[in-house]
Amino acid sequence: MPQIFNRSANVLSKVSIVGGLLLVGGLLGLVMLLGRSSYVTRANEFIEQPIQFSHLHHVGDDGIDCRYCHTSVETSTFAGIPPTKTCMNCHSQIWANSPFLEPVRASFRDDKPLRWIRVHDLPDFVYFNHSIHVKKGMGCESCHGRVDQMPLIEQANSLQMDWCLNCHRNPEQFVRPRSEIFTMGYRPAVSQAVLGPQLVKEYQIQPSTTCSTCHR
Amino acid sequence: MAEALDHPHDPLAGMSTDGLRTPAVIAPGHDFNSVTDKIAGIVLTKRTPIGWFFGFAIAFAFLLLLNLTIGKLLLEGIGIWGNNVPVGWAFDIINFVWWIGIGHAGTLISAILLLFRQQWRTSINRFAEAMTLFAVACAAMFPLLHTGRPWLAIYWLFPYPNSMTLWPQFRSPLIWDVFAVSTYGTVSLLFWFTGLVPDLATLRDRAESPVARKIFGVFALGWRGSARHWHRYEMAYLLLAGISTPLVLSVHTIVSFDFAVSVLPGWHATIFPPYFVAGAIYSGFAMVMTLAVPLRKFYHLEDFITMRHIHNMTKVMLVTGMIVAYGYVNEAFFAWYSANPYEGYMMLNRMTGPYAVFYWSLILINALMIQLFWFRRVRDNVALLFVLSLFVNVGMWLERFIIIVTSLHRDFLPSSWDIYTPTRWDFAMFTGTIGLFLSLFFLFIRFLPALAMFEMRTIVPEAKLQGDHH
Repeated sequence: MPQIFNRSANVLSKVSIVGGLLLVGGLLGLVMLLGRSSYVTRANEFIEQPIQFSHLHHVGDDGIDCRYCHTSVETSTFAGIPPTKTCMNCHSQIWANSPFLEPVRASFRDDKPLRWIRVHDLPDFVYFNHSIHVKKGMGCESCHGRVDQMPLIEQANSLQMDWCLNCHRNPEQFVRPRSEIFTMGYRPAVSQAVLGPQLVKEYQIQPSTTCSTCHR
Repeated sequence: MAEALDHPHDPLAGMSTDGLRTPAVIAPGHDFNSVTDKIAGIVLTKRTPIGWFFGFAIAFAFLLLLNLTIGKLLLEGIGIWGNNVPVGWAFDIINFVWWIGIGHAGTLISAILLLFRQQWRTSINRFAEAMTLFAVACAAMFPLLHTGRPWLAIYWLFPYPNSMTLWPQFRSPLIWDVFAVSTYGTVSLLFWFTGLVPDLATLRDRAESPVARKIFGVFALGWRGSARHWHRYEMAYLLLAGISTPLVLSVHTIVSFDFAVSVLPGWHATIFPPYFVAGAIYSGFAMVMTLAVPLRKFYHLEDFITMRHIHNMTKVMLVTGMIVAYGYVNEAFFAWYSANPYEGYMMLNRMTGPYAVFYWSLILINALMIQLFWFRRVRDNVALLFVLSLFVNVGMWLERFIIIVTSLHRDFLPSSWDIYTPTRWDFAMFTGTIGLFLSLFFLFIRFLPALAMFEMRTIVPEAKLQGDHH
């Protein structure tokens, strides 16, 4: 009887066993990597805004405090998006005729708010409260990154659940003195390994990791 | 020849000493060639019987209904089903348990009967194993689809390092179920495929179409039938049988834990694991009977699936059915003996409540009707056995319905009592999986040898004449 398969089929069959395992494993790994990639999380991605507002300029160059615009960060779940009036506090005086700022002036004239695009958009099934984090010594920078270096604001972290849990399980690695909350580029005066546990104790940080902490 | 067959420990012993009382596992007059010709002929024939197309068309129509139902389910959600508080589990788990149970006969036949050297398993093991696989496939649909959006449910079902650092609840029997069923499916598939390899090689060698030769050749994995191949094959098959054997008991035990681990009257019972396993084997043999009777009739396989097989399957059904019936008695006894008002009411509600007609139907089928199997005249009547096996399938489905629905619909709080009614989509999904099951089975008997040719060859007298006694 003639051979059905060529001699190469022997090699092919052996390769296909290993290759099949590698292919399946590789595909699974790829899917898992993709799920964590910035393609899915949209981290490190500039988002087009109605006005290309630069945090680099306002925070980095001018040294404006976070709370000048995000007024409710210490008292509310929501840090707050400033009304056009806040912009006009300065821009009625400086760059008052800049064509670049015409949308701001238009918003002020017509009494229509600027429609900023939310960059840090948690899913609706997640409850998050800014005030408690600020109160317990969590710096803005820890979650939002070096805002003072961002010409356009971008999401610095994945905002995925394992990222949240990483801090909720190990707050001593991230906590800072309350006086340094709004500092950008903070470096602890003494080692974080010493300071962290001290602050956790002092601020009585008991981060809950039960489901209903965030999924209420 | 007679001497060889009269050996007292030879499973073929009955053939010559007492031919009338105990029919042989293979009709007389067959040799190596006739067995192979007959079984391979079903697959390699160029003319598919018209009846096959007819049967497949009906099964396929129901498979399309399943597709429609799944489409509707994914678009609209599980609200299309009738289950709702307080009956949060209904057709989805009834059908899951029913299908998983049916699968058990295949594993029992292929693994346990192999280890016990029951030669009568040889002609029914292949299609019983296929039945197991298809039943597991149907069963798996229900837990997957009852999540509504299965692609999001992966992290509920399987432990893997996900971006939420979330793991399933390892203390829940539902996750044990995932492991039990996936292990069961995997081992069954390996076992079935390993057993197929020598036969695939036979088909490869006999096929005339070059495409068929290639396809059979790929799956035959280069089998040449050398002594080394056989040695390895026997070893692998025995090991797989050893691995499968505990699964016959463990899988349905764990399925029963889904109920027994809860604290609901009617579920929270220590009798559940053995009672479920017996019920699984009972319903599984009923399904093997349901499939075997038409299979041997339409393909004229009476020589291979003999009255011996029919009798033995009936006897297994009788034994396991009696264990199940004992389970019913036990449930009723403990409802009274516990002196617990909730347990007592649960039983009273089963017997006299809104679903009483289903309860008494299942008692009628699973406890009373099977007593017919004691009679030789019933065991000889193949057509009647076919009908009775259908009733057993129904009876075992009703058992799961009663256990699940009557316990849930009236629990501790009378204010939350309600009546469960399945919707048309519940029935569409259920009949759809039957369509899937039968479609797969029709394809199986058309494209693969439904009986293990090489194993059948070991039970023809020709094999014995060579003095091979293992």
